[in-house]
Amino acid sequence: MKGRIHSLESFGTVDGPGTRFVVFVQGCPLRCAYCHNPDTWSIEGGTMMEPREIFVQYERNQAFYKSGGITVTGGEPLMQLDFLIELFTIAREKQVHTCIDTSGIVFNSQQPAWMKKLDELMELTDLVLLDIKHIDSEQHTELTGKPNERVLEFAEYLNKKQVDMWIRHVVVPGITDDEKYLYELGYFIGQFSNLKALDLLPYHTMGSAKYEKLGIEYPLKDIPAMAKDVMPEKKQIVINGIKKRRQDDSGQ
Amino acid sequence: MRPEWKDFVGFKWENEINVRYFIQRNYHPYDGDESFLAGPTQNTKDLWDQVLELQKQEREAGGVLDMDTTIVSTITSHGPGYLDKSKETIVGFQTDKPGKRSLQPYGGIRMAEKACSDNGYEVDPEISEFFSTHRKTHNAGCFDAYNDEMRECRSSHIITGLPDAYGRGRIIGDYRRVALYGIDMLIEDKKKQKSSTGRVMTDHVIRLREEISEQIVALKLMKEMAASYGCDISKPATNVQEAIQAMYFGYLCAVKEQNGAAMSLGRTSTFIDCFAERDLANGTFTEEQIQEFIDHFIMKLRLIKFARTPEYNQIFAGDPVWVTESLAGVGVDGRHMVSKTSFRYLHTLTNLGPSPEPNLTVLWSTRLPENYKRYCAKMSIQTSSIQYENDDLMRISHGDDYGIACCVSSMVIGKEMQFFGARANLAKCLLYALNGGIDEVSKKQIGPKYRPVTGDVLDYDDVMDKFKDMMEWQADVYVNTLNVIHYMHDKYCYERAQMALHDRDVKRYFATGIAGLSIVADSLSAIKHAKVEVIRDEDGVIVDFKTTGDFPKYGNDDDRVDQIAHDIVSTFMTAIRRHHTYRDGVPTMSVLTITSNVTYGKATGNTPDGRKKGQPFAPGANPMHGRDTHGAVASLSSVAKLPFNDAQDGISNTFSIIPGALGKEDQIFAGDIELDLSSN
Repeated sequence: MKGRIHSLESFGTVDGPGTRFVVFVQGCPLRCAYCHNPDTWSIEGGTMMEPREIFVQYERNQAFYKSGGITVTGGEPLMQLDFLIELFTIAREKQVHTCIDTSGIVFNSQQPAWMKKLDELMELTDLVLLDIKHIDSEQHTELTGKPNERVLEFAEYLNKKQVDMWIRHVVVPGITDDEKYLYELGYFIGQFSNLKALDLLPYHTMGSAKYEKLGIEYPLKDIPAMAKDVMPEKKQIVINGIKKRRQDDSGQ
Repeated sequence: MRPEWKDFVGFKWENEINVRYFIQRNYHPYDGDESFLAGPTQNTKDLWDQVLELQKQEREAGGVLDMDTTIVSTITSHGPGYLDKSKETIVGFQTDKPGKRSLQPYGGIRMAEKACSDNGYEVDPEISEFFSTHRKTHNAGCFDAYNDEMRECRSSHIITGLPDAYGRGRIIGDYRRVALYGIDMLIEDKKKQKSSTGRVMTDHVIRLREEISEQIVALKLMKEMAASYGCDISKPATNVQEAIQAMYFGYLCAVKEQNGAAMSLGRTSTFIDCFAERDLANGTFTEEQIQEFIDHFIMKLRLIKFARTPEYNQIFAGDPVWVTESLAGVGVDGRHMVSKTSFRYLHTLTNLGPSPEPNLTVLWSTRLPENYKRYCAKMSIQTSSIQYENDDLMRISHGDDYGIACCVSSMVIGKEMQFFGARANLAKCLLYALNGGIDEVSKKQIGPKYRPVTGDVLDYDDVMDKFKDMMEWQADVYVNTLNVIHYMHDKYCYERAQMALHDRDVKRYFATGIAGLSIVADSLSAIKHAKVEVIRDEDGVIVDFKTTGDFPKYGNDDDRVDQIAHDIVSTFMTAIRRHHTYRDGVPTMSVLTITSNVTYGKATGNTPDGRKKGQPFAPGANPMHGRDTHGAVASLSSVAKLPFNDAQDGISNTFSIIPGALGKEDQIFAGDIELDLSSN
């Protein structure tokens, strides 16, 4: 089954462990205000590619990926389950580390057929980078256009399946950097034993050029980049939340 | 064993000049991390502040602080010079004071005069007269022998950067020999070499005997020069400070007499480490003192300067000296060659701050210890000052005691040397092929009057045929021009100091180079995969192109074009190999124009890949800027496909990346979640 591909990046260092081959899929149901890849939104466009064809690209340079593997990001990878299953089946055969970077927004426990495929895919997936855009559902809707219940449910699902999970969260000044929300995020993810890492990303403005090129107005044009030096402090708030949850859960 | 060698393990090296054996028997591979390193001493800080002030004054003075106009630079021409004698642990400058550039007319008096006049100085008329009338220079010799075609190729820039007006450089003396053996033993060895030559006085034997005599003179002068600083280098060094000092004096003699475009240092760190380990074990010096010696040594190397013209600086984007030092690598016995001093050298980038000189080059192997790899990566991110070369590739042909001259040229230290050979402009050659040898800029007939392309649309097979013919012609003129240059350089500007620190019978590489590879590859790819129409001017010369459709571009791991780049390298090297080379030099080729790509671009017209007249070439073997769209690994893969066997003098790729793209910063990325739940 062909995938709708936006682009391939041969040198990915920020989407999972090690140096990785990164597949950007085309198409995403969210419209995050800070999205830095608006060119991947449309479900039209892109290039149709066979999983085998993509894996060949990976193999050509696999010496570079010894400590890494393949990451599929986008766009929203979980919109193309059949393609992912086929790609990761090949990868698993060759013992290549597989990773999906997703917002979890298309998770749908009410659709058995879809869930069956997801179960199958998760068997083949070593790591999920789950990007929780906002812990508060209303704010999530404002930021992305959709509420976050499915996202949170997906995190619970991953924990149940015991698929390793990194939580990613973009910290945007005035939107997600509020202490209350960061703590709540920590408190929520603290319950999961499959949580392996926390990746707090300071919001940057490098995406704005793409908006200009695409002729879309950039929703956050008045918001400055997040100062990197305050990030350790923001991170600590989330960690405090995680800690509290774990203390509560263990009855301490 | 001599008393100076106490505690060293002997084997062969005590009875013959053999630094490699000494290192292999005595070095300590170090697997640890950088935590042992010492910061700068107060003296180091004071001296470095003085250097910064000097550099500031130099910039304010327009790039040159002072120039010597009356004394011709030789090993002993100048008395000692200091920054602050009481604080320097390693001493020696090219002239009698730091920042004063020496006068070196043997390569060419006109270049020496111009370097002075362009900077507001005037060479003593008596010296000008002497080197114009009584003592011929390398430059004058070349122009006496050049034929018309060579001159025309030179001025139309189809062959560029020829070292016919100043020192050719690229020769690395084994400066370690001075430290390990002392000058007296080296002189004895040279005398034996001289008495070992053949009795029949052929050209070869006469030249060899004369050269060895010159080398012996140089060795004697080295000793004299060191004595003027109060140092005795006649005997082996007894500790690490003396070893560094002796080695530096050896190097200093080379740069006092030669102003080559690349004056590299060799592979000294693990050699020096043998002395450092001995001193640490015996309590002679502390880590702080050893780091101080190395800091002061590196500081001196940063102050090596030559008198250059603005045109020269334009070619090289500044006035680099290419004091390349090769670090690490793996030995042929399988042990890695990282020592504590491999760390100490890189640590100067922290103690003194980042710097392009000396050109610290890590001979990279997958088998280097993890701690050293991590340290290199950290220092690269912090300073952008480290060059990397593939030891796994070069060790096959050069073993484990080679060094890099300039940026990529590898040679076994003290056993191999190279005749540096500038570059053939292949992009221009392609345009000559289209225009039947007419230069697209000057419109003069420079190349042979082969049949130009006819019709409006370029046909790949037709262009390739013509291009191959034109490359054959270019290689012919190029190699023969170099034959003239190196003959004359040996005759009028012989590197006696550097060659005194070589074996008697050296292997000579005859190095050539190419520029514009990615332009040629993309242009041919455009011709093959898209439609390229030619635009002729009123004289019928093709001066521009109209390209319709997309085509594979070099730098994206796409074999359709990468194969073209590969084949061009092989084809040109094959053409080079067809020719006679001076002194039986072994022909090699490099793809390495790191900075001169800008100047080459200026001299070259529009090319079929869409590059406009005057636009810079990509540096070295790099893809053209902005055309590699699949990320760094794909880009590097295209470069890695070039055949090293046909480019043994090296393939360079300039890699720039923002640190953030190399991975997460520690304080932002939390990593594994490990929480101590019992505390609050």
